[in-house]
Amino acid sequence: MSIATATVPAQAGAVAPAPPGITKRRRRFQDNLTGHAFLIGAVLCFGLFMWFPMIRGIVMSFQRTRRGVTTWVGWDNYVRIIEDPSFWVAWKNTFYFTGLALVLGFVAPFFVAILLNEFRHAKGYLRILVYLPVMLPPASALYLFKYYAYDPGEAGLFNAILTFLHLPTSEWMQSPTMTMPAMVIASTWMNMGGAVLIYLAALQNIPGDLYEAAELDGAGLWKRIWHVTIPQTRLILALLAMMQIVATMQLFIEPLILANGAGTQDSATSVAYLIYQHGFFQNDLNGAAALGVIMLLVLAAFSAVYLRLSTKQD
Amino acid sequence: MSRTLISHAQLRRGRGRFLYWALLGIIVTAFTLIFIGPLYWMVTGALKSGQELAQTPPTLFPHDPEFTNYIDAWTNLNLPKLLFNTIYYAAGAVVFQLILDTAAAYALSKLRPVFGNVILGAMLATLMIPAMVLIVPQYQTVISLPVLDISLLDSPFAIWLPMVANAFNIFLLKRFFDSIPEEIMSAAFMDGASPLRTLWSILLPMSRPILGVVSIFAVTAVWKDFLWPLLVMPSQETRTVSVGIYAFAAGTPQNVVVAASVIAAVPTVIIFLIFQRNIMSGLTTGSLKG
Repeated sequence: MSIATATVPAQAGAVAPAPPGITKRRRRFQDNLTGHAFLIGAVLCFGLFMWFPMIRGIVMSFQRTRRGVTTWVGWDNYVRIIEDPSFWVAWKNTFYFTGLALVLGFVAPFFVAILLNEFRHAKGYLRILVYLPVMLPPASALYLFKYYAYDPGEAGLFNAILTFLHLPTSEWMQSPTMTMPAMVIASTWMNMGGAVLIYLAALQNIPGDLYEAAELDGAGLWKRIWHVTIPQTRLILALLAMMQIVATMQLFIEPLILANGAGTQDSATSVAYLIYQHGFFQNDLNGAAALGVIMLLVLAAFSAVYLRLSTKQD
Repeated sequence: MSRTLISHAQLRRGRGRFLYWALLGIIVTAFTLIFIGPLYWMVTGALKSGQELAQTPPTLFPHDPEFTNYIDAWTNLNLPKLLFNTIYYAAGAVVFQLILDTAAAYALSKLRPVFGNVILGAMLATLMIPAMVLIVPQYQTVISLPVLDISLLDSPFAIWLPMVANAFNIFLLKRFFDSIPEEIMSAAFMDGASPLRTLWSILLPMSRPILGVVSIFAVTAVWKDFLWPLLVMPSQETRTVSVGIYAFAAGTPQNVVVAASVIAAVPTVIIFLIFQRNIMSGLTTGSLKG
């Protein structure tokens, strides 16, 4: 208790200079009570929908419920999940999507932002354009791609453009090799607006004299981007890369709508889709929980390596 | 305006000036095609007949536009109900987040009760957990709430309450409250104002920008969420727009599905165009400077 009283913030004592001892202790108790009363709503929601489910998910992954009877089954769920042939396919697809999305969806918005930041005209218009798809309901945008853009016939928008340019057309979602690139294109179109806006704000915070000094030293355009723009925005770049990887690893709605789930020859199955399949169609909530725990571990390991690498450079 | 990558002077002279205008023209055209093009294709495509849609090469303008697809979509999909549901969920999420998360951030920033930092740490830790990992146990919680043993399926609370458990928003709000000087608080306490009164009449009026940011985040999150409403809103009457279109797509002609997608997109596009200045400046300042 003495430690607690020592850390009482100034405002608690400022209300009324209470005599030391019992009154002060009661004051402190009451202040704590008020503080927790303000917290209780959020804490209950976190408990119900975050902390408790996290523990429950881990517990569930070691149990099996059959006809209402729950038993401990050790690693059985994990073994069953890993032996499922879709398991490795789903991981391969998910990593492939994440990698492709990083090349396209991470690099593209950065250069778009650099470009937009240089223009002195039509800035507002271009920003609205880039952000517009973000505001569409995801299902709307994906049906547009599915039915109109990725139509495998020559009437599809993309194939019409390719024909017009005298390039070979593609089967898009019908072709196992094009499925992933097609999903990445749709996903980038839908989502890149947010990243562009954040980069634009970061670019506007770069002091102009840095460019001035670099130019006086004879640095060309690319050198200025490489030695001024990128180092100055490194923190936000690292943060967004991390956030994007975590988001793309949870790829779900794109395969569900564009590829009807699994896609041609399983080319679209993702880990998140597999969790959904096990949990809500194969009546295997325990297996889905186990897969969830595996996903958590993979992402945690990845974040640890990433943090290690990004702090090492300092 | 301060200088950027390329100096103003360079852009105003001969070659630089020509390059600048040429590039601007190219980019404006390209972006219009890339971002408006597909939307145009969607709106006009749904006006075409099935025959015209299958034609190669595709037509740029619908020959004789017919509105049957839009009418079919509007009536069969029950779009007014879906839009109402989504707006209702989004509005509720904003209210719940503003009340409970603001109160929590206020307590963590200014009242600092015992174990406050432990609670904050436990909240921030949830930022590391991907949503997909929790989907199964969260669903279990919704079908039978612990202790009370009631089901929240088809109840708006199944969307509102999990939205409150948002560590990022609490963090944003707390950081904003942290930047408000302690003296203002002590002055209010000195005058005998209760903590609630201090929050309501002193802190909140100063926090309008950040409250706006949190509200925008809440609305977009509900609007863009798909899997969670798909799971917890199984009835036809409680669906959101995205889920409704998805459920409707099976066994419906492509053109009608796209027409439905267009109608569903119209309200947000209009809201976005009206409030774009506030939305975009709010998003960037909120996420960078807090």
